[in-house]
Amino acid sequence: MVEPAPQHASLRTIMTTTITFPLAGKTFRQRATQEPAWVRRSLIGLALVFLTLFLFVPLISVFYEAFKKGVEVYVAAITDPDAVSAIKLTLLVAAIAVPLNLIFGIAAAWAIAKFEFRGKNLLITLIDLPFSVSPVVSGLIYVLVFGLQGWLGPWLAEHDIKIIFAVPGIVLATVFVTVPFIARELIPLMQAQGTEEEEAAVVLGASGWQTFYHVTLPNIKWGLLYGSILCNARAMGEFGAVSVVSGHIRGSTNTMPLHVEILYNEYNFAAAFAVASLLALLALVTLALKTLIEFRNKQHQKQRGLE
Amino acid sequence: MSSFKQYSILPGFNLALGFTLLYLSLIVLIPLSAAFIRTAELTWPEFWSIATTPRVLASYRLTFGASFAAATVNAFFGLLVAWVLVRYHFPGKKIVDALVDLPFALPTAVAGIALTALYAGNGWIGQFLEPLGIKVAFTPLGIFVALTFIGLPFVVRTVQPVLEDIEAELEEAAATLGANRWQTFTRVIFPALYPALMTGFALAFARAIGEYGSVIFIAGNMPMISEITPLLIITKLEQYDYAGATALSVVMLVISFALLLIINLLQWWSRRRSMQA
Repeated sequence: MVEPAPQHASLRTIMTTTITFPLAGKTFRQRATQEPAWVRRSLIGLALVFLTLFLFVPLISVFYEAFKKGVEVYVAAITDPDAVSAIKLTLLVAAIAVPLNLIFGIAAAWAIAKFEFRGKNLLITLIDLPFSVSPVVSGLIYVLVFGLQGWLGPWLAEHDIKIIFAVPGIVLATVFVTVPFIARELIPLMQAQGTEEEEAAVVLGASGWQTFYHVTLPNIKWGLLYGSILCNARAMGEFGAVSVVSGHIRGSTNTMPLHVEILYNEYNFAAAFAVASLLALLALVTLALKTLIEFRNKQHQKQRGLE
Repeated sequence: MSSFKQYSILPGFNLALGFTLLYLSLIVLIPLSAAFIRTAELTWPEFWSIATTPRVLASYRLTFGASFAAATVNAFFGLLVAWVLVRYHFPGKKIVDALVDLPFALPTAVAGIALTALYAGNGWIGQFLEPLGIKVAFTPLGIFVALTFIGLPFVVRTVQPVLEDIEAELEEAAATLGANRWQTFTRVIFPALYPALMTGFALAFARAIGEYGSVIFIAGNMPMISEITPLLIITKLEQYDYAGATALSVVMLVISFALLLIINLLQWWSRRRSMQA
């Protein structure tokens, strides 16, 4: 029996109305805009099976393989001098690449979000360009510029400056692949915030830097952190581009992902997975921080909506 | 200046734009142009013969075929995962939602060795497939598996927001007009998702074509059989065949730029479609 609905009730009220079957003694609800329970359960099941096979099992297997031969083997693998130097180099590269792209991201977002000028869309496309270039090609183009056969190669050799097969080349290739991360996070954020607050600050007599520091920065700090975290994960994990320019010299131009490759190719699986597990941990921390910031933003938006 | 830029009282435009252009030129544009300028040193027949040897053609077929297959599987399962995450509730949903981005965050080399270990003949998954006569690791099938892994988040993350924004009224209207759930899905919901789904597919496809790190471990890397184009570029580079490596990288770059254009058009279409709805 369907409860009589008042005439002015919205469609939604009618469709969520409880349908009671007095004879069967059962009450159940089914919204006309929802799938039957068995469909829901099978779709959830199928999605989870797919994600388990393609995401969760590979993730778990990294840690399983890393600890398979015991904790001592694990500790020995990550405290090996070559591993330690790879970890140091990876941290160094990220410590240079992330701040550079942070400054770039702020400058690009300031120009694009706060001003109207011709060619803006082209500029945004150019900033996104490194995302669509194969990592291998990203490395190769630096070899073409700085390598011995490259444009600047002979001049660099004359002055005894090494860029390719040395740390500067690794830094450059990493900067290239991570250029868009922070900029593309900040541009939509700063566009959405508009220019009124900054204009008010300038009218009240603040200088450009004061305006940026006291007005813009507090508004974008979370976006800045979000972009930096993603940028950092890619910078530490980049493999293809770095592999082309590194020269794979153990203990000197090996980053963590390259060290994983060398150990793996030597059939030293336990050690390879031990170093890989550190990178997997980095990925998990990245995802946790990312989720935390997204959650915080949602709460913040809700609060603003209530005010 | 006035025709180029609208007047604003905010300072710092010249500094910000100047730095942006300088940085982009030094880091991105000049190095990228090097590939094209170096290739221009070749004559057209030379370029053509490098870019179309049987081994190179085999690598294109493999790269594009495996990328297309992986992107197709991702389109289907990506839509399913997005649907389940937006519409249903189940325990652990928040963790699953966060972990969908794992392929973005996990270094490709780690993904590569993990998948290889899983799908090798004695691996957790491989041991069940091997008796069935299905070899995954060190075959083109392995490349497909790796590319499916790295492309997984693209479709989910492009479809998810669009699905969240679909207004319940549309589905209610369909239901009151007598449509069952399947009809509502195919005639009302799917057309609204289609542009986003295509965008996600194109993004996954574009990413798969250039992928290197996760593939080389699982591929086996046999010339003509399981050798992808990015690996062929590295091989040529290691043999000091700079002209060959550069020519192939130009082929890849041209394809990437064409895909970038298509993706931008798709995103424009997707935005227009969602504004109409």
